[in-house]
Amino acid sequence: MSEAYFPVGPGLGMEENFFSLDDILMSQEKLPGRAESALPRLAVLLGRGAGSAESVPEGSKLEIPLWLAKGLHDSKRRIISVELPKIYKEAWRTVFSADANVVDLHKMGPYYYGFGSQLLNFENPENPEIAQTILQTFIARFRRIMDSSQNAYNEDTSALVARLDELERALFQVGQKGLNDFQCWEKGQASQITASSLVQNYGKRKLAEVDG
Amino acid sequence: MRQALEEMRALYERNQADVSEAKSGRTDLIFLIRFRHCCLLRNQRCLLAYLYDRLLRIRALRWEYGSVLPNTIQFHMSAEEVEWFNQYKKSLATYMRSVGGEEGLDLTQDIKPPKSLYIEVRCLKDHGEFEIEDGTTILLKKNSQVPVAGVWSVLFHPFHSHDIPLLMLALQRVPVPAHTAPCCLHGPECSSA
Repeated sequence: MSEAYFPVGPGLGMEENFFSLDDILMSQEKLPGRAESALPRLAVLLGRGAGSAESVPEGSKLEIPLWLAKGLHDSKRRIISVELPKIYKEAWRTVFSADANVVDLHKMGPYYYGFGSQLLNFENPENPEIAQTILQTFIARFRRIMDSSQNAYNEDTSALVARLDELERALFQVGQKGLNDFQCWEKGQASQITASSLVQNYGKRKLAEVDG
Repeated sequence: MRQALEEMRALYERNQADVSEAKSGRTDLIFLIRFRHCCLLRNQRCLLAYLYDRLLRIRALRWEYGSVLPNTIQFHMSAEEVEWFNQYKKSLATYMRSVGGEEGLDLTQDIKPPKSLYIEVRCLKDHGEFEIEDGTTILLKKNSQVPVAGVWSVLFHPFHSHDIPLLMLALQRVPVPAHTAPCCLHGPECSSA
């Protein structure tokens, strides 16, 4: 299954891939916003207020997922105004420019790069700085990811992977796969026939049926 | 999935009611309509992505598993997916026929370039006689090694509901010594061997 199955990958840049499961998960992340106008009857849906006829008063703070923010945001900004999550703000930007390798990107929202790229869709005077920060962070961390993925053969990699966000983890796995394939080829296992994993799993399941 | 579809239908109906209300003059409800529209789009996107992913996996099944799916897998597929699989099989077969000469080329075999033409198969269980695609019969007995031509992938198929995975294990492409190798083009009867 692993060789012939090619799932839809996440989108690059400011556009998402419609079918990509990674993008769907990423756009589920919440960001802080403010209601610009009174929002009738939405109090229950957004988790505050008791009655169904209540409206969220103007100017109140909300946490909304990205897909909702993108849908409700328009250039006249009548409904929602979006603020940057703290990790993309000035304070954290200086941390990243100081040393990006130290930050635990998985804890800060596991979709730092993807989410940051989507944030550039909302007009914001700080957009160029955000873009620059994301790029510099990636450049700084990439060397370490590449080194660790190419040199950790047959080891437990959970310590290495714990602080990476999703994009970096995907890169790490690609590196590991390349390393494993190379070692396989060196040992001469590349020309050995192995039953595909699907068939093996099928065999195991059938055995269980026969026994149980 | 049915739940998600029902939720979508309910949201859509409520939205319709609000649209008609908005048209009659209450413009402050536009936001609500837009909000529900966003939710509908979101549900639609999730559903479509799920279905598309399933199709990708079924396509991978054809390449890894062959043209006949075992019953347990087919049980989990909906009728439309089975239909899609058959259509895909047909398209693939048409394409393979058009490539590579008169009889066509089976692209799903030998995905990794093979080192030698024949492989030896070791049988773990006594199964009696077995006939493969090109008509030759092989006698399967415990621990006997039998050279098998390129159609080895058919051996992995569960046929006649027997437990094929119990039969073959750890195949290895053993370079068959030249003096015993049947001639590849003419079959076992070739006198040049």
